[in-house]
Amino acid sequence: MIAIADYGVGNLFSLKSSFAAIGHEVTVTADADALRAADKLILPGVGAFRDAAAKLDSSGLGAVVREEATAGKPLLGICLGMQLLFEKSYEYGEYEGLGLLPGEIRPISDVIPRDLKIPHIGWNSLSLKKDSPLFRFIRNGDHVYFVHSYYARTDERLVAATAEYGAELTAVVGLNNVYGCQFHPEKSGEVGLNILRAFCEET
Amino acid sequence: MITKRIIPCLDVKDGRVVKGINFKGLNDVASPVGLAKYYSSCGADELVFYDITASSEDRRIFTDILRETAANVFIPLTVGGGINTVEDFDRVLKCGADKVSVNSGAIRDPGVIEKAANRYGDQCVVLSVDIKRVDGVFRVFAKGGRENTGMEAVSWIKSCVDSGAGEIVVNSIDTDGVKKGFDLEMLEAVCEAVSVPVIASGGAGKTEDFLTLFKALPKVDAGLAASVFHFGEIRIEDLKREMARNGIPVRI
Repeated sequence: MIAIADYGVGNLFSLKSSFAAIGHEVTVTADADALRAADKLILPGVGAFRDAAAKLDSSGLGAVVREEATAGKPLLGICLGMQLLFEKSYEYGEYEGLGLLPGEIRPISDVIPRDLKIPHIGWNSLSLKKDSPLFRFIRNGDHVYFVHSYYARTDERLVAATAEYGAELTAVVGLNNVYGCQFHPEKSGEVGLNILRAFCEET
Repeated sequence: MITKRIIPCLDVKDGRVVKGINFKGLNDVASPVGLAKYYSSCGADELVFYDITASSEDRRIFTDILRETAANVFIPLTVGGGINTVEDFDRVLKCGADKVSVNSGAIRDPGVIEKAANRYGDQCVVLSVDIKRVDGVFRVFAKGGRENTGMEAVSWIKSCVDSGAGEIVVNSIDTDGVKKGFDLEMLEAVCEAVSVPVIASGGAGKTEDFLTLFKALPKVDAGLAASVFHFGEIRIEDLKREMARNGIPVRI
């Protein structure tokens, strides 16, 4: 069973439905024991880093996710959920993340030309940089749906895929059993479903 | 590279899509969920559901349909029609919408944009504007294009972007239904004024109209249309293939 951590940010209806569409059972839960009992974990997230980090902390679910991932349970962070895996973010201040991955969350305006629109929104192609179990059913150049104004600046060895938007923005990260997608696989059509399926079946 | 988006718009009334024809493999052309799945499989980059119902009973049917669509279609979904308050945003977002489009509601109460943007983020708030030239000036029209508000369109759009609108749908009343192409002059004026994504609407009659749009105005992010897709006059697969052949970045 895969558990989606419900710590009170955003609507998890589409994400839950996307797992149903690929025939994998999920539970959306705010219960620590249910997260501990699950085979794999999903950390979703939309909105501001500060609010989400605070909710992860106050709900106690952040600590559970960190413990379980540290113990080796496969974990996939999605969008803001991916950003929360890192050490800290500079979104409207400086806030601590779960620290499961080395690196920090920075505004994309730091690295992209000024004439490009922010947020980076829409379908962009993935440039696969290294092998990842998540890529088992997709190809280099496949398109996925992004909506974000901040990006993960991290060790190049963690970056499994990037998307070109005036700079090479981190799109997929992976370190051992911890994975993250900056884009929304649940909104990325067949390609997105195939990435979720790979997380279910290949990690 | 970020791609140009092609967006079919579905008008939904009493739980049915208002206009459309039969496509191969699609039995019930008026089923919103069926049509949404069909468009998604053809390569639509996003869908707009427009609620043109009036009664609260119909509104409940609409949200049921929205939920069913979001459970079956995995591309971004924007919802418009009858959006006046933050509670309306909440109602459709809970049913699986990703973005909410506000038009007359923002004219009545411009504060709704800022309130919604603060709660859900700018990327969630789409401003849709019906614009018509009156004595050579772009004017904002309300109530489905029937009423001249007297407001100048570009300054209205700029003020809404300042309040938090994250995307603008420009509907040209002058070109809508004429099928002679998008309103390039109007779109250019908007693109020059704002730095958020601009979606062109009104006037598409054939594939070439989309090619002209994206070639003439590289700042336009997406093209939206309804009847030309519903009546099969433009097939999305063919359109995107032609866009790619013409060097326009597109997801195939």
